[in-house]
Amino acid sequence: MRTLIFRTMAPYLTSLMVLFSVFVLLRGHNEPGGGFIGGLIAASAFAIYGIACGVSPVRRALYFHPMSISGFGLLIATISGALSMFGSLPFMTGLWTEASILGVTVDLSTPLVFDIGVYLVVLGSLTSIALALEEREED
Amino acid sequence: MAAAQSKSVDLSQAMILEPVPALDWLVIAPVALPLLFGAVLLMLRHRTETQPRIAIASLAILFCVDVGLLVHVWTGGPVVMTMGRWLPPFGISFVADMLGATLVATAGLVALVCGIFSVGTVNFVGRRYGFYAFMLLMLAGVNGSFLTGDIFNLYVWFEVFLIASFGLIILGSGKRQIDGATKYAILNLVATTLFLIATGYLYGIFGTLNMADVALKASQLRTSAPLVTLATLYLIAFSMKAAAFPLNFWLPASYHTPRIVVAALFAGLLTKVGVYALMRILVMLFPPEHAILSSLIVWIAIGTMLIGILGALAQSDIRRLLGFVVVSGIGFMLAGIGLGSDVGLAGSIVYAVHSMLVMTALYLMAGQIRRAGGSYVLSELAGLYRTNPMMAAIALFLVLAAAGLPPGSGLWPKVMLVQASLADGSWWLASAILVTGLLTTLALGRLFVLVFWRAGNDGDAAGRTALSVTASTQMAVLLLCVPIAVLGIWPEPVIAAAQFAASGLLEPGAYASAVFSAEVTQ
Repeated sequence: MRTLIFRTMAPYLTSLMVLFSVFVLLRGHNEPGGGFIGGLIAASAFAIYGIACGVSPVRRALYFHPMSISGFGLLIATISGALSMFGSLPFMTGLWTEASILGVTVDLSTPLVFDIGVYLVVLGSLTSIALALEEREED
Repeated sequence: MAAAQSKSVDLSQAMILEPVPALDWLVIAPVALPLLFGAVLLMLRHRTETQPRIAIASLAILFCVDVGLLVHVWTGGPVVMTMGRWLPPFGISFVADMLGATLVATAGLVALVCGIFSVGTVNFVGRRYGFYAFMLLMLAGVNGSFLTGDIFNLYVWFEVFLIASFGLIILGSGKRQIDGATKYAILNLVATTLFLIATGYLYGIFGTLNMADVALKASQLRTSAPLVTLATLYLIAFSMKAAAFPLNFWLPASYHTPRIVVAALFAGLLTKVGVYALMRILVMLFPPEHAILSSLIVWIAIGTMLIGILGALAQSDIRRLLGFVVVSGIGFMLAGIGLGSDVGLAGSIVYAVHSMLVMTALYLMAGQIRRAGGSYVLSELAGLYRTNPMMAAIALFLVLAAAGLPPGSGLWPKVMLVQASLADGSWWLASAILVTGLLTTLALGRLFVLVFWRAGNDGDAAGRTALSVTASTQMAVLLLCVPIAVLGIWPEPVIAAAQFAASGLLEPGAYASAVFSAEVTQ
């Protein structure tokens, strides 16, 4: 699969897909999208990069091991559910706050943190599987 | 939410508005904490030295939380928390009643002991592959199954612990492990698919998945809806999970392949979740359908007991032998479910607690035998009594406990089950229980006599390398012997807890009113 065209295009394609996955992740609260589908898009972006340029550049680019990314996602998702403990509310109750960033009001919430956690779990575990499969092929 | 308030929507129509007492968090902690610790361990996979310390500390914390939950339920009745404060049946409720809390506490103890045992037995490769992370995630799934009050959520927790157990069973990726894992994975996925189909069917009939809601609605729908079919589907799905006859063949075919501590965890925890689900769904939600199916369940129970123990008599590998003993134990639990009486169900619950402790201890003992004697095969082992008298004493105690002889814990649940079946007039069930007890004594007595008493080589004569048994593993097995001995000598507290749990299953009024208390108070 290492044709010149593919190898030249893959980094651009990957960065576009990762950007799109973040967009899908953030619009997911009230519209189609969310952490799961966003994570899938991001994982397929890294898989494409791996097919084009080999597995070790992907591992270098990710810096952390994909399973550690997955673990971090699970951690923040669980913590986002547990934060409501301090408000005498049940587990997983959504807490909302508003922040003003550069004059724009942004709604921040624990469901957002949870969704980012889901995104990272899906991204980490699927990238891990994809990279392992691509590595096998090279032997 | 700010927008909702400005339009002055009445939130009390959709949400629970009273503050949640801090102690109610005990009901979600047995699920949230292992997820949290499992995530941390997943991130620290390369720190193979620190992993066991974190894992054992978190398992110890978890066990304390489990005991706290048990005490809370014992003193104050069922504890409920509905996620995201949506009113049930729309929010997913977690409900700890006596049955769930007892099993969660026992599972916590078993996991703690396996954690201690694993320090000396799971090598760096196993830790690098995420043994501890998988173990905690599996525990999260098992605890979630015991505590959830929603049938679809129960399915999700089944999947969680199943996926984690796939990770544990292929840890190390040996050829035999892949072989065992394939059988285990395919048959378990068939069972979960059946469970999912049944749940879809249930939602079609009831329009709700909340167990308390189903229990309340079932009486009105009984004349028009095919509830017996539904109950039968659940019976097949959970029997397969629990490894009941004739769907038991995946268990002895797979439990001998993973590391011994993984097999011990599986034997202690996984099949019991299937039994628990049978109790919860059949006995609590569909009592009249359960009565129709009860004679079938009793025959399944007899088949499981006898086939299991006859299989154990025929085995020469200790781990396969123990796998068949696990299957046979499932038969005892099913017997109590089949009888469906107060004493029978309590007997099943005590048997579940006993089986979780004793089967884990027996598998760990098999690991000790392997270390001391260099083999799992009975014909290659002999005379371990001379080199390891302490181990022989513990093994004898465990064999007696599993066979149902004093001073171990196996006696009391069998007494309760025989009493219940005689009260029911099912003398054939009582005799099957007693015959199986005798055969268990023979099967495990044969193991003990061949491995420890038989005069012969001292292990390394056949060129096998016998390793000395480490103190930490010996301590882990001893630690597990303490509750087994307590349950044998002073069984009253556990029997009282089991009767409490059984009455909660037979009269789910307290369970349902605890779930819907928010609506009642409004």
